[in-house]
Amino acid sequence: MNWQVILPLLLFLVIVFFVGIWSARHVKSSDSFLQEYFLGGRSLGGFVLAMTLVSTYGSASSFLSGPGAAYNQGLGWVLLSMTQVATGYFVLMVLGKKFAIITRKYNAVTIVDFLKERYQSKWVVILSAISIIIFLFSAMSAQWIGGGRLIQSLTGLPYITALFIFTASVLIYVIIGGFRAVAITDTIQGSVMFLGTLILLVGVIIAGGGIPAIISDLAAENPNLITPFGTNADLTPQYVSSFWVLVGVGVVALPQIAVRAMSYKNSRSLHRAIVISTVVVGFIMLNMHLIGVFARPILPGIEVGDTVMPLISMEVLPPWLAGIVLAAPMAAIMSTVNALLILVSSTVVKDVYINYINPKVSEVGIRRLSMGVTTILGVIVVLMSLNPPDLIIWLNLFSMGGLESAFIWPIIGGLYWSKGNKYGAIASSVVGIVFYIIFETYYPQPFGMHSVVSSIVLAFIAYVSVSLSTQKKDRGLNNSFN
Amino acid sequence: MKKEDIDKNDYRFKIANREALVGIGLVIFNFIWWFGFAYGLGGQDPNKYSYTFGLPNWFFYSCVVGFIVMIVLVFLAVKFFFVDVPFEEDEENEDK
Repeated sequence: MNWQVILPLLLFLVIVFFVGIWSARHVKSSDSFLQEYFLGGRSLGGFVLAMTLVSTYGSASSFLSGPGAAYNQGLGWVLLSMTQVATGYFVLMVLGKKFAIITRKYNAVTIVDFLKERYQSKWVVILSAISIIIFLFSAMSAQWIGGGRLIQSLTGLPYITALFIFTASVLIYVIIGGFRAVAITDTIQGSVMFLGTLILLVGVIIAGGGIPAIISDLAAENPNLITPFGTNADLTPQYVSSFWVLVGVGVVALPQIAVRAMSYKNSRSLHRAIVISTVVVGFIMLNMHLIGVFARPILPGIEVGDTVMPLISMEVLPPWLAGIVLAAPMAAIMSTVNALLILVSSTVVKDVYINYINPKVSEVGIRRLSMGVTTILGVIVVLMSLNPPDLIIWLNLFSMGGLESAFIWPIIGGLYWSKGNKYGAIASSVVGIVFYIIFETYYPQPFGMHSVVSSIVLAFIAYVSVSLSTQKKDRGLNNSFN
Repeated sequence: MKKEDIDKNDYRFKIANREALVGIGLVIFNFIWWFGFAYGLGGQDPNKYSYTFGLPNWFFYSCVVGFIVMIVLVFLAVKFFFVDVPFEEDEENEDK
């Protein structure tokens, strides 16, 4: 075992852990447990908001699979990853103030709450709760596996032991601390991610003998590596551009991201967060993927893409520094897992249990239930991750596209188009998910683009046409909006 | 997105709508910049590439300069187009 690498990593875990526990105090002192536990009391400032957005979004795929793909595909994959700069400003600008004002008016704590108040329909609630639970479960186990794998590759411990270490360090403070603990630890983790990628990029450039030397090594191996088209010249402009939808603008509809757009304190926090998150997302994505490409001439022949990042850190940096840098993917994974866990738990507690099973549950009952559900969910995901499938990026992207297809029009239309109604929302979610799964399974890349694009277009047609054709039927129900 | 559908009494929604349109405008600009440089300069034979700071020009302008341009634009947009509004009806007096 490489203790010089492991010690800084352990130290990092311990610090994050204590911050989580510390912020749990707020949960105890707050008057509304639900608002506090699942939304941090809507009191996040600009910096914390930006960091929690970035680190929720930056996950195992941006730190492990992403650089791995860049290693294999060259600069074309960095180009693809830069579509994510848009998420930094687009999400907060588009959901923005309207979402903040309306969710406060509705007193909504979750995305499903918002949809429920907006559309006044049981079916919208059930449908969206189910899709959140299913898709985010698969996203969570992908992250969990990534976390386990990372500890495994660093320590040499067996996968199952590694998985349990990871689980214990995440679960405890999420269960106790709720959303605020997650947001504050996200801030630490986001900062670690930011600095870690910078240190590693500098280390890689030095080890490779400077950027010109690295680029000419790459060109000598295969000129395609320095073109926008990928190693085998098969990354078409349509395909790469379609990631603007999947990882760019579509991110607006991811419940774990959108819920953050209702957690901030005031419009100044929002303004500051827009600028900070653009800088941080772009910086991390550019650096991480460049690291993947630049690693290729230094460490040729790595076969498993996910291991590029840990291997290159240990190769080019002194061990203690590698330990600090490797806390970055750890941070990314943990913060994504936390966010997903708290979101799925809020869906079960608030959207399903309190809405339909027992609306009169007491404050103490809610408290116990929330922590209990969070624990049980955590344990189930671990069990699912014991026998993991191989492709983290695939699982993760599958859930992303599915959620985006399901939620984008009900959320955006719900905010900006008052004619949108429950029939439209239900049709749009069903069409989005069903076609996404069909495309992914039988006909990937319609028109040369990622299947999320076609699914979102079909979902849009469904939302608009069904909403318009049911205007009469729906009259009188929709007046609660405005 | 019709204007008359929105509660005209709430001035905040007009501001919010305008800011959402700014977001869409920025994304469109971002996309055109990114696509134009990447495939405009990168589409030729790699032997004919020119380089800036060691990076191929298409990459340098599309990803590095493009990123910096977006930061500047986002900063300017927020500074000059975005308006401070209260989120809760009773917030006006206490928090500003």
